[in-house]
Amino acid sequence: MAEMVKLATRESFGQAVTELAEQYPQVVVLDADLAAATKTGIFKKAYPDRFIDCGIAECNMVGIAAGLATCGKIPFAASFAMFTAGRAFEQVRNSVGYPHLNVKLVGSHAGISVGEDGATHQCCEDLALMRTIPGMVILNPADHYEMKAAVKAAIEYEGPVYLRLGRLAVESFNNGDDYSFEIGKGITLRQGDDITIVATGLMVSETIKAADALAEEGIHARVINIHTVKPLDEEIILKAAKETGKIITVEEHNVIGGLGEAVAAVLSEKCPTPLVRMGVQDVFGYSGPAKDLLKEFGLCAENIAAVTKKALGK
Amino acid sequence: MNSCEKKSLQLTACKVRMNVIEGVYHAKSGHPGGSLSAADIYTYLYFRELRVNPEKPQDPDRDRFVLSKGHTCPGLYGVLAEKGYFSREEMKGLRHIGSMLQGHPNMQDTPGVDMSSGSLGQGISAACGMALAAKLDQKDFRVYTLLGDGELEEGQVWEAAMFAGHKKLDNLCVIVDNNGLQIDGPISEVGGPEPIDEKFRAFGFDVQMVDGHDFEALEAAFAHAKAVEGKPSVIIAKTVKGKGVSFMENQVGWHGTAPNAEQYETAMAELKQALAGLEAE
Repeated sequence: MAEMVKLATRESFGQAVTELAEQYPQVVVLDADLAAATKTGIFKKAYPDRFIDCGIAECNMVGIAAGLATCGKIPFAASFAMFTAGRAFEQVRNSVGYPHLNVKLVGSHAGISVGEDGATHQCCEDLALMRTIPGMVILNPADHYEMKAAVKAAIEYEGPVYLRLGRLAVESFNNGDDYSFEIGKGITLRQGDDITIVATGLMVSETIKAADALAEEGIHARVINIHTVKPLDEEIILKAAKETGKIITVEEHNVIGGLGEAVAAVLSEKCPTPLVRMGVQDVFGYSGPAKDLLKEFGLCAENIAAVTKKALGK
Repeated sequence: MNSCEKKSLQLTACKVRMNVIEGVYHAKSGHPGGSLSAADIYTYLYFRELRVNPEKPQDPDRDRFVLSKGHTCPGLYGVLAEKGYFSREEMKGLRHIGSMLQGHPNMQDTPGVDMSSGSLGQGISAACGMALAAKLDQKDFRVYTLLGDGELEEGQVWEAAMFAGHKKLDNLCVIVDNNGLQIDGPISEVGGPEPIDEKFRAFGFDVQMVDGHDFEALEAAFAHAKAVEGKPSVIIAKTVKGKGVSFMENQVGWHGTAPNAEQYETAMAELKQALAGLEAE
């Protein structure tokens, strides 16, 4: 078992893109004055000639990335999720998505775990926005090892990818030695037939903790990690729905437009199943320490366990 | 440019204008005004300036052209047809279901189109990215992008201009089709992007103002732009919206309106007459 590391996925991203740079000479990295925060600064230090600081102009950055991609580069364009997916949405849609260009869009500091910066920077809409763009692949890795594998997969995939990064350090739970990542394939992390909890990103490790605590009480919850929000692994979700009969989704995102609605759509069309969507309940966030905020919004192991029990009538 | 070469360009531009009218008439929609104002610029670019080969539209070393003012693609399609990227007959399919000629350019549909565009302000950013790619790979291809003067009201244009100036993209040539009109009226009344030259100068550009219908002036301007080192270039081309079709000239209403059958006949007759006049010279 590879060692457990406690790192924010933005840090893992910065490391991965730098480590892969030699193997993939077409990779270039763009940032909009946030290299220290998005961790593209790691790449900048190692490969200054392949790093492009675009200044505080995210819409232009996405266009620059599109132009680079037409000439064979594999650009990673990074900023906070609020700006990559939010501010530059229409540039992503028209300059990257429509021509299906090989641009990797990086949205860091996603969700409410941005913390003290407050609602203006707490992006709980990026998954929803990116999901509406035809052909967009959306990756939301859950720990250090998964992020590293996701960056490699994004490079090897030809087409637009949105990669979501978190600010908060998270304990790794995957085994880095034999971890394999396939775009569009969910991963069952805990077996169980009482109920299924489908989680993505930062919420996966909290869900594992919740499931392990529930197991001690004799409740066996299946845990599915959806690292690829789009294309969604319908098969693993429908199988879980049929075998466990109840589904809970957990995401650090508005319950409108994100994982929960994606799962709801699959279930209601193909296998109607009782569903509880955990996430940000269509409200704006506010300032506070990240961990306290996650508790306030019920996005922690204790509340996931409590919601699970309630769903089971216990 | 000798008189024979000049006449050849004038003839081609006339055919491009006919393609524009043909396309927009059959589409029953589209943007003739800005296509006609830029017809001479398109012609000059594709027949004198760009190092491109219609046989090899994906050649990695080719010069690039990004139509940032994507709505005037009937003009671009018109010149691509004349250059041999596809048949002139395709013009009649403009904006129709299944056509390779979309209402705004899509690089995945149309041979010779280097970038999808149409949402204003975005093409110039992509052009900057292409110019940067050439610099990173130490290639000598140049990148040209055509903007409308109304388009200059988009903030992204100035984000891109700041980038181009800051990164010293001297392989980038921006052309502004300065016909003075946008959908809601004269640019000076609607959004006030002027003075255009001073703005680009402030962003670190080499700035030239030319008559966008004078091929000799365009030749001198593009030659100068190519020789500029250490900064991007802009050619502000003074043009007449609707140029070449008398009743469309300087009429804001022809920004995005298709001619009816009678107007189509009149426009084509005028252009055919102009063509015959040039051929008879």
